[in-house]
Amino acid sequence: MGDISQQLVEQVRQAAEADTPLAITGGGSKPFLGRGLRGEPLELVGHAGIVSYEPVELVLTVRAGTRLDDIDAALAEQGQRLAFEPPRFGSSDTIGGALAANLSGPGRPWQGSVRDHVLGLRLINGRGEHLRFGGQVMKNVAGYDASRLQAGALGTLGAITEISLKVMPRPAMEQTLIQPMDHQHALALMNRLAGQSKPLSAACWYQGQLYLRLSGSRPAVEATSESWRADSGGDMGVLDDGDIFWRQLRDQRLPFFDGEKPLWRFSVNPTATLEDVDEHALIDWGGAQRWSRQQENLSVMAEKAARAGGQAALFRHGDRSGEVMHPQPAPLRTIQKRLKASFDPEGIFNPQHLYTWL
Amino acid sequence: MSAAKQQDTSATPAPGKLDGRVDFPPVYRSALAKKFRRFLNPDSVISDEETIRPYECDGLSMYCEMPQLVLLPETVEQVQQIMRICHADEVPVVARGAGTGLSAGAMPHAGGVVLSLAKFDRILGIDPGARSARLQPGVRNLAITEAAAKHGLYYGPDPSSQIACTIGGNVAENSGGVHCLKYGLTVHNLLSVEVVTAEGDRVTIGSDGYDSCGMDLLALMTGSEGLLGIVTEVQVKLLPKPEVAQVVMAGFDSVQKAGDAVAGIIGQGIIPGGLEMMDGFAIQAAEDFARAGYPTDAAALLLCEVDGTREEVQDHIRQAEELFRTMGATSVRTSGTEEERALLWKGRKSAFPAVGRISPDYYCMDGTIPRSQLAHVLTEMDRMSAHYGLRVANVFHAGDGNLHPLILFDANVPGEFERTEAFGGDILNLCVDVGGSITGEHGVGMEKIRQMPNQFGNLEVSQFHAIKQAFDTRGILNPGKGVPTLRQCQEYRAIGPLRQPSAAPDTEASHG
Repeated sequence: MGDISQQLVEQVRQAAEADTPLAITGGGSKPFLGRGLRGEPLELVGHAGIVSYEPVELVLTVRAGTRLDDIDAALAEQGQRLAFEPPRFGSSDTIGGALAANLSGPGRPWQGSVRDHVLGLRLINGRGEHLRFGGQVMKNVAGYDASRLQAGALGTLGAITEISLKVMPRPAMEQTLIQPMDHQHALALMNRLAGQSKPLSAACWYQGQLYLRLSGSRPAVEATSESWRADSGGDMGVLDDGDIFWRQLRDQRLPFFDGEKPLWRFSVNPTATLEDVDEHALIDWGGAQRWSRQQENLSVMAEKAARAGGQAALFRHGDRSGEVMHPQPAPLRTIQKRLKASFDPEGIFNPQHLYTWL
Repeated sequence: MSAAKQQDTSATPAPGKLDGRVDFPPVYRSALAKKFRRFLNPDSVISDEETIRPYECDGLSMYCEMPQLVLLPETVEQVQQIMRICHADEVPVVARGAGTGLSAGAMPHAGGVVLSLAKFDRILGIDPGARSARLQPGVRNLAITEAAAKHGLYYGPDPSSQIACTIGGNVAENSGGVHCLKYGLTVHNLLSVEVVTAEGDRVTIGSDGYDSCGMDLLALMTGSEGLLGIVTEVQVKLLPKPEVAQVVMAGFDSVQKAGDAVAGIIGQGIIPGGLEMMDGFAIQAAEDFARAGYPTDAAALLLCEVDGTREEVQDHIRQAEELFRTMGATSVRTSGTEEERALLWKGRKSAFPAVGRISPDYYCMDGTIPRSQLAHVLTEMDRMSAHYGLRVANVFHAGDGNLHPLILFDANVPGEFERTEAFGGDILNLCVDVGGSITGEHGVGMEKIRQMPNQFGNLEVSQFHAIKQAFDTRGILNPGKGVPTLRQCQEYRAIGPLRQPSAAPDTEASHG
């Protein structure tokens, strides 16, 4: 735990000079993402620790190699948390990795994503310059938002070294409701309930069951739970220890995620129908994120996703030698290549990790 | 002291560093107009001075410039054609929505064209099931909420100009409003934007889903002040209208106590829908104007709005009332009806015109600070106010640390506006010094370009120019705004903060 930024800057400078590709690694918990890493490891895990934490300001600044579990523990002492519920794929997941991969948990449609909570960051670019963007305040529109730009870039623009995040109070109460239902009815109901001003904070359909999570003040959660259960004619019940289900969903530890079959992620219009996908899928984010296990090629899946107003990616397993992310239209490919060059002129960071052409 | 300033900011840029473009080839107005009249309705190519005049400035009227032409396209294809011509001929393009911006971001370029999106004013569709709306960029912010109301939905960000400002402008500035702490800024409420690039390509960034593959270009576009592309369509998220909203008003005999009460609310785990503070001067002006029933003897006033389900609001309002009393409020009043709630807000919402009534002119600043620094910043501001001999009223989005000091001045008194700008600059530098930002929601535009080098070092500024060049290889989109050139950085830093004008600047100016 400490500040090793000088050492990291030095390694980047040498790599840029020698044209050595660097593989940026945090806790090493998500090696399956993207197209795989090649190059000399640039280890962020030693660059860890909380730089500052002001509970009353709702702001936390941490080094990128800080483990999510350590952040959770520090926030819990103050009755706070990261509202975007970053997934864990091991015990060593870091905050830098969560941001680079743009990973958020089941509450994403209501509580926002990891990038929504980013206030600012520090990053070493491919020239070995240690830059600072954004800040530690909620509202800040000076300069381009180079901080949130990093979300989903999978380290192709630089090595994130420090992140300032908005943190939120823990809800006073959470409760999980469950009701047997087919996927079509579940999708319709999820979207209808999400249109009400109720403390809904997660909605998932899995193996013939609709799961709903309520989070908020005790009287609000209890009143909503009672009224929704009454509306269901007794089919909806309370699931004890519901938080275990949401954690397993968040961390992909439900049996659905077992095995080596290709795992596809769809990010689509929450009301859309994905033919030949939905009935076998795990539907999360109130319909906006759907997981599917099947042998298929990216172009077929991308086309299905596009018809549903969104995008597809081969999240895990399967053939990762070609593209694994939703195709980019030509002008955005050009812009992202130029952006990459503007941060990393020698192309040393995670080459071809996100796309073959990046 | 901000850490950005601790970096090596004085170093001269390394050779080959990217910089902002300042020079453009001369423009022949009639020849250029002819090119546009080939595909635009002749009325949509404005070239006479009298009709151009209203476009010479945005909401910050002290900054103005006459463009060569004003263009009012009606289709995206026309926007593409305009961009292809301007890209080929290297003609500066300044996009414009309603012109309500407060940082001169839409001030024209003398050698270029203004591209007004005013004719793109249609709501293309509302999807009540998915809770989203597709809009042309010239749709007014408030019109979105009005159209969504019949579905029990509304659009979250509500800048105070929401009656007039457009969604395209909101994207350009990443606009906020009084409900940001709970519902976020524009960037948190977008699904996708359609953009025409500097080269004239038409492309969608984002989708109907919440996350897209690759770098987050949607976030990068948001708040980019028209420097990266022309937004031609916007898809926003809509939120369910809260069942109920109530506001607690609390008066305090000191700003410190009011600030502590804000911290207390957050500390109790309550995230109010709106949390606003006004100082004594603003309270008095607002009360004289709106007769909202504000306690005019208070040194600070808090308006704390809680929204949500009936049960939640009841629970949180009770907690807020108790907490304000415990923390020394001299008066506490809670809205019992919608009329009363509207009345309590009316004072706050009319604070700007109210101040306008007691002074010939006022200048609205827009800095953000960590909330804990509030008392210190207000004390410093009082000192500066005395120093410059100019009065200042403060309204403050207390929930998210966004200060809006209103400096009162008279533009007819020679030198008074210059003093006002210097005072404003000092306030922004102070915001940076305590760990905040020179702009929370108004943007940098032309207005705050002088303060940018105080918040960012040369390395960051260079990276910004490189980002722009990735989108706009010839630097034609809104040139001279948002990001200072490296030479400007050097000059502005050499002049130094004007906070202690008596002290000699400690850095020698070198105008290489």
